[in-house]
Amino acid sequence: MAIELKMPALSPTMEEGTLAKWLKAEGDPIEPGDIIAEIETDKATMEFEAIDEGVLSKIVIAEGTENVAVGTVIAMLDGEGEEASPASAPTPAPTPAPTPAPAPAPTDETPVSATPAAAPEVPADTSVTSISVREALRDAMAEEMRADPRVFVMGEEVAEYQGAYKVTQGLLDEFGPKRVIDTPITEYGFAGIGTGAAMGGLRPIVEFMTFNFAMQAIDHIVNSAAKTNYMSGGQMRCPVVFRGPNGAASRVGAQHSQNYGPWYASVPGLIVIAPYDSSDAKGLLKAAIRCEDPVVFLENELVYGRSFDVPDLDDHVLPIGKARIMREGSDVTIVSYSIGVGLALEAAETLAGEGIDAEVIDLRTLRPLDRDAILTSLAKTNRLVIAEEGWPTCSIASEVVAICMEDGFDDLDAPVLRVCNEDVPLPYAANLENMAIIDTARIIEAVKKVCYV
Amino acid sequence: MGTLSDPAPVTLVRPALGLEGITAMAKPSNSSDTDPIAPSDDPDFILHSLQDAFEKAKRFEASEEQMLQFYEQMLLIRRFEEKAGQLYGLGLIGGFCHLYIGQEAVAIGLQSALDNDKDSVITGYRDHGHMLAYGIDPKVIMAELTGREVGISKGKGGSMHMFSTEHKFYGGHGIVGAQVALGGGLALAHQYNEDGGLCLAYFGDGAANQGQVYETFNMAALWNLPIVFVVEDNQYAMGTSTARSSAETRFYRRGTSFRIPGMEVNGMDVLEVRAAAEVAFKHVREGKGPVLMELNTYRYRGHSMSDPAKYRTRDEVQEQRDHHDPIEGLKKTLIEGGKTEEELKAIDKAIRARVAEAADFAENSPEPEPSELYTDVLVGEY
Repeated sequence: MAIELKMPALSPTMEEGTLAKWLKAEGDPIEPGDIIAEIETDKATMEFEAIDEGVLSKIVIAEGTENVAVGTVIAMLDGEGEEASPASAPTPAPTPAPTPAPAPAPTDETPVSATPAAAPEVPADTSVTSISVREALRDAMAEEMRADPRVFVMGEEVAEYQGAYKVTQGLLDEFGPKRVIDTPITEYGFAGIGTGAAMGGLRPIVEFMTFNFAMQAIDHIVNSAAKTNYMSGGQMRCPVVFRGPNGAASRVGAQHSQNYGPWYASVPGLIVIAPYDSSDAKGLLKAAIRCEDPVVFLENELVYGRSFDVPDLDDHVLPIGKARIMREGSDVTIVSYSIGVGLALEAAETLAGEGIDAEVIDLRTLRPLDRDAILTSLAKTNRLVIAEEGWPTCSIASEVVAICMEDGFDDLDAPVLRVCNEDVPLPYAANLENMAIIDTARIIEAVKKVCYV
Repeated sequence: MGTLSDPAPVTLVRPALGLEGITAMAKPSNSSDTDPIAPSDDPDFILHSLQDAFEKAKRFEASEEQMLQFYEQMLLIRRFEEKAGQLYGLGLIGGFCHLYIGQEAVAIGLQSALDNDKDSVITGYRDHGHMLAYGIDPKVIMAELTGREVGISKGKGGSMHMFSTEHKFYGGHGIVGAQVALGGGLALAHQYNEDGGLCLAYFGDGAANQGQVYETFNMAALWNLPIVFVVEDNQYAMGTSTARSSAETRFYRRGTSFRIPGMEVNGMDVLEVRAAAEVAFKHVREGKGPVLMELNTYRYRGHSMSDPAKYRTRDEVQEQRDHHDPIEGLKKTLIEGGKTEEELKAIDKAIRARVAEAADFAENSPEPEPSELYTDVLVGEY
């Protein structure tokens, strides 16, 4: 019987890819282990290896085809002794191939529907270019490294591998190994070395492959980087940036899926930034690198591949500590940050169809929090919901609730509601994971509740 | 073989190792405690070329002027710390206060060999002596201990958190072992800036068991960083003796698996420390990468002021004071060289006056303004 060869998922977050090249032709005999095609994911070019023996009877997807969804039948393999026959059986649910390394990197990016309001800091008539968040982060680092010889990047796989998630792609080629430093897998050690280098006058960007691994290093982030300026009476500067993906990715289980925003945002002496789109990723990372204070810069793996407009400015730097109105509205305010902003915007679109005009605020910086932006919007809409991809207990959402209670009580027409992940370690099973993580439906439900509809 | 009450009279100070239990566990490295490098150890421990160089000229040939300077500096630390102990007892110093009494030769011997225009120093929380070794005014150090606005950290750091970026002294860190990785970063900055400096990173025998120390050893050797790791082995991690905490008590060997050469030094003799520093610093300055120095020393007081030090005998401490005291040892050398008891007494008198003045200053200066509570949290305004 003919075997369907399907577009494999080669990373936890891959949804589609490009069939770059066929290495076998129709009619070729195939042995298990043969490399039959090259597939470009959003992070890297991967080899597609045959598992079964037979003859490649038909190539369904031609080489060079882009945006081939995971699970699509790309070729047919006839088992030993069978004649070639066209595909017939219906395609069952895609079975992702086992994922190799912490795969990584970008070629084709998913454009996201036009970002609503441009950042208020950008002149209105500025032209824009759509780039992925991943590229925006890379460009920010490259621009700052060109401008300031003290800036360098260190972390696991940042140099020769070109970044575990390809955020540092190309930096080694341009800046060399002195300024793009591969570290061993030794988070506590290299976070300390990065922090010490900042104390010694350099401007390190310390990449964590994910912030889950920064738990090994949190002592240096909190005790060494955040507190030294205070403890020294202002003598000791520590201008270091700790950056990397934060929050849940996709099906990577409890130890690799956690939002550390509330953890770091509780620490005086740290700046904590969590951008959503490409413009903010670039403008705020540039600001973070220039910042005299230690910065925790929380990215999101699921957003790396999304493309958004970035203003065509020679030096696109955004202010730290300022929230942004992503969508103006008058009936209710939805506050969010990072990946939650996309969900909030989707929810607002749906709600608009039902006659509810929601304002969406992206906090952008989690510490210091832009209290004025929250309270100003609340004064306008009198109703507020916070959407946070993270646990509810002691969350950013909890903090926003406290701000509304303390300083916005008279403006409230309804209790402030939190839409957060379920209060459990993130499960692996797809259905349970979906149940645990926030989505637009839950935001919409909360908004309707505070609007009493 | 030493015991708790009867330390072996060894050349290198290794008191109180309590080795009976260890030898029963068949640890050849510890089995001949009186010999710093037992010949039988050589085949499996090849990274001691620096030790060999050091053994050839073990005492620094200091001029009389240099010796007097070392004497004054060590005595300043001793008297300063004695006074700090007193002020703690009077309630003028709070919190944790870790005294350096007994260990003076380590900071003075090493730091006198630095190039203070280029080199940096970082240490843990037992940091008063390292600050004084720079010649920093004892007044601002003592005023930090009493939490006053004129303290070197504006009264916001305290005993454990003092810094002087002007002198390239980077603290003053309270998490055991953290300063080792931070020191690796300072060394990276020296290398990156090509400024010719090295970093001297001190830590204790207790910190030597922290994982990040070895993470840093690995990267320092891998990247050839200009750093000298110094284990100030004062024999006790708080109340736990090295023999009870460390599978390998010869800390200088702990760099071997990272190909970091080690040196074992009598930290109770300032001239020996200085001689070892010359060898180690030369190696690092020649671009040959990190060195690990084990400085065997002894703290006379408890771990901190609140430690009654019940884990050792009075006799053990007294033996150290009587036979290994770094200040008395140098005094003997000075007198042999022609100095009189009276001349040295005059130095002590002047130092006591200086320390008394620092204590008055620290006691009578005002506490920080309430508004200082909110300053220095962040540098920028957002």
